[in-house]
Amino acid sequence: MSAGWEVVIGLEIHTQLSTKSKIFSAASTAYGAEPNTQACLVDLGYPGVLPVLNEEVVHMAAMFGLAVNATVAPRSVFARKNYFYPDLPKGYQISQYELPIVEHGELFITDADGNDKRIGITRAHLEEDAGKSIHEGLDKSSGIDLNRAGTPLLEIVSEPDIRSAKEAVAYMRKIHTIVRYLGISDGNMQEGSFRCDANISVRPKGQEEFGTRAEIKNLNSFRFVEKAINYEVERQIDLIEDGGEVVQETRLYDSDKDETRLMRSKEEANDYRYFPDPDLLPVEISAEYIGSVREQLPELPDAKQQRFVDEYDLKKDDAAILTISRPVADYFEATIAATEAGPQLAANWIVGDLSGALNKEGLDIGESRISAEDLAGLLTRISDDTISGKIAKQVFEAMWGGEGAADEVIDAKGLKQITDSSAIEAVVDKVIEANPGQVAEYKAGKDKLIGFFVGQVMKETKGQANPGQVNQVLKAKLSN
Amino acid sequence: MTDLHDKSLTELAAGLEKGDFSSVELTQGLLNRIAAHDETLNALVTITSDEALVAAAQADAARASGDAGVLNGLPIIHKDIFCTRGIKTTCGSKMLDNFISPYDATLVERLGAAGAVVLGKANMDEFAMGSSNETSYFGPVRNPWDLERSPGGSSGGSAAAVAARLAPAATATDTGGSIRQPAALTNTVGIKPTYGRVSRYGMIAFASSLDQAGVITRTAEDAARLLGVMAGFDERDSTCLDEPVPDYVAELGHSIKGLKIGVVRQHFDEGLDADCSVKVKEAIAALESLGATAVEVDMPNIDLSVPTYYVVAPAECSSNLSRFDGVRFGHRAENPEDLHDLYCRSRGEGFGDEVKRRIMTGTYVLSAGYYDAYYLKAQQVRHLIADDFKRAFADVDVIAGPTTPTPAFKLGAKTDDPITMYLNDIYTVGANLGGFPALSVPCGFVNDLPIGLHLVGHHFDESALLRCAHAYQQETDWHTACPEAFK
Repeated sequence: MSAGWEVVIGLEIHTQLSTKSKIFSAASTAYGAEPNTQACLVDLGYPGVLPVLNEEVVHMAAMFGLAVNATVAPRSVFARKNYFYPDLPKGYQISQYELPIVEHGELFITDADGNDKRIGITRAHLEEDAGKSIHEGLDKSSGIDLNRAGTPLLEIVSEPDIRSAKEAVAYMRKIHTIVRYLGISDGNMQEGSFRCDANISVRPKGQEEFGTRAEIKNLNSFRFVEKAINYEVERQIDLIEDGGEVVQETRLYDSDKDETRLMRSKEEANDYRYFPDPDLLPVEISAEYIGSVREQLPELPDAKQQRFVDEYDLKKDDAAILTISRPVADYFEATIAATEAGPQLAANWIVGDLSGALNKEGLDIGESRISAEDLAGLLTRISDDTISGKIAKQVFEAMWGGEGAADEVIDAKGLKQITDSSAIEAVVDKVIEANPGQVAEYKAGKDKLIGFFVGQVMKETKGQANPGQVNQVLKAKLSN
Repeated sequence: MTDLHDKSLTELAAGLEKGDFSSVELTQGLLNRIAAHDETLNALVTITSDEALVAAAQADAARASGDAGVLNGLPIIHKDIFCTRGIKTTCGSKMLDNFISPYDATLVERLGAAGAVVLGKANMDEFAMGSSNETSYFGPVRNPWDLERSPGGSSGGSAAAVAARLAPAATATDTGGSIRQPAALTNTVGIKPTYGRVSRYGMIAFASSLDQAGVITRTAEDAARLLGVMAGFDERDSTCLDEPVPDYVAELGHSIKGLKIGVVRQHFDEGLDADCSVKVKEAIAALESLGATAVEVDMPNIDLSVPTYYVVAPAECSSNLSRFDGVRFGHRAENPEDLHDLYCRSRGEGFGDEVKRRIMTGTYVLSAGYYDAYYLKAQQVRHLIADDFKRAFADVDVIAGPTTPTPAFKLGAKTDDPITMYLNDIYTVGANLGGFPALSVPCGFVNDLPIGLHLVGHHFDESALLRCAHAYQQETDWHTACPEAFK
């Protein structure tokens, strides 16, 4: 990125709320059904039908508002955003415009220097999703699937406080974590449940006035957000440095070519003719209601992370990873509740081997082949010296492969650590006898050879001897 | 038996109950009258003879088995703005000439569940936009009192059918006067309930914040009977309020002694035809003779009603009618070249001039840069007008005045001049802007043409209006007059 420029970014994140039925109708929101099988007359915009607000979306929006320290508006209003498109059945989208349900929120991300950075949340408003136009496989016509029409969305708009693609991703991840913690969205990006538009501009460092921004639509992965922003920033800087001017416009990111391209210019922008929807009453929320939502709020990621550091004495980085989602944090806490092995050991295993195994197979923690209780069983055997850390990896793999709980695997494979000192002494004697040259060298002062002897003993015992004991016995015998 | 068509719904209910005649006989008789007269009147877009006779037979069977609903076997007509399952619902437009609704409107469902028999669907101004029934794709409705004249609109078909004794009652809708104006011009009773009293679910929207369903009958008693069935909370309409529905028929028995009537000073100025003014004042005097007291009330903002209405209603309609895009239902242009062409031609061909005029007006007033000056301003004025009413209702129970400035006008007389046409709503739109219930009751004839007395009540006080109109109808016989050609 060229020096001398400052990047200014604001994100609009569209989060699909995980209600069972749609925001204004009783049709199901389940993903992946046959086209148009989950669209009732209200979703189809039939003559005479009317929207009725799903109370659950209000509850979810209020939860989000409280989670980001925002004002949950005592009165918010649904408005119509008018434009024609075949997958927009009524010819308008019901959204919130002048009076959104959530305003003036904030969250904190970690910036490049490792410091907390505040990102303001201007507003979050409720709206309905549109349907989907299908062009593939159709000759000279388009298909329309209205299953998604009327799916509830929470659009979360940030302040232009973001200064780099990395910060944008950190902010988006934070929102992603929060909505999943709250259980208000599954955050599934492949299915389009979590996507964002990025408003990007650049200005010479030190300039107060914002540059002209371009909006990049529909970014549906963290990677694309980062790449699209980086591309767009370069494009704008190059343009200005070449004597050109950034034009206010809407652009699309092409992930195949890794570039953004013009979608529509400002002149082509619709006049949406927003006005309050006369079919819906204003949403009025009492202080009591907000109070009861607050009471039901789960522990949020930042608080949980801090608690993990304070209560379990975890490293901050580990605490951050373990609080990335509620199921991961719950798994961690279930593990340590079932063993005396200690939180840091549990953290190491979850962040290390377990995450590795999950990632390899693309599984969520909820789909782990080893339960928290079973992992705890393994950790207990490490901490009580039944097995060494090294053997534990072998046991873990067997457990992952479905060979049973830790104790079963240890028994079946005879992996129990050898702690019987006479047995260890016998092996040590054998090793000393078999390596007279090395013994002589050791005695002549080559202390490093202790490692060689330990290795030989471990080899003889198939790694099952207690390494500490082996060390002790060897040193004693070799100094004779 | 020969004069069944002249009987009120209440009288017919009693006759059915006593077994004087069957619903099949009654239904067949009215279908015969429709066959004989509707070619002249053009009051109906669709006649549902077969379905009606089946429903009538079922009603007779239900009665025989002691299972009769409160409207069992009573024939009615639905304005063609209400969705009726399996039956064409055109809304008076070419756009929906081919539209068969897959569901029943709540109002249709409730009246059907009470046993009403549907004879057909009434003609109307296209999408309820008009005051003369001349904007209908299916041609104008003629006024039974003078076939050269308009029955008013938009519920002109409903009013003409009831006036011509093709049915004792017809459902109707009112956005700015569309029930009350045609009722006044055809010598019938028309009631527009409080906004939120009757569900709008299944009623094709014109201007959502103003639209309200009601009924046209010949007596207030019949209106009370029907309203009792139609009114009440519906979870499918967020603007339908959960207010208790009184027994309107029972409340008719209460005298109007002591009732305070407000007479709006501004409603008797130069805009009102002098003969109409006399008749309306006589009607108010008659109410006084029944024990009510009349006082003058001042509504300083009422003159702003029509301009306010013609900003708010088109704004909402421009959005409400966007769904008619040729994609999922309704008229679709043949061989569209592309999406834009599909939209432009489907809508261009499907909508008539008045609808287009209002969509354009509405689009304009909502546009960036004009919204504040028009739509927002109109909403503010709307509050002022509603406040005028509320102030008046602090002192009076009912506001009385003329329903229309003149009796029925000739077909074609105002079609080239939308502004004059719009002024026909001058006394009625205020009630819509404020969401107040209002009613028109026949109060005499001017040059052999009927006119109406307009009554407006406080929110959810339809009873006061019905009681007033009922008491008046006990003392007068205007409503029993039948146009000569339809006796």
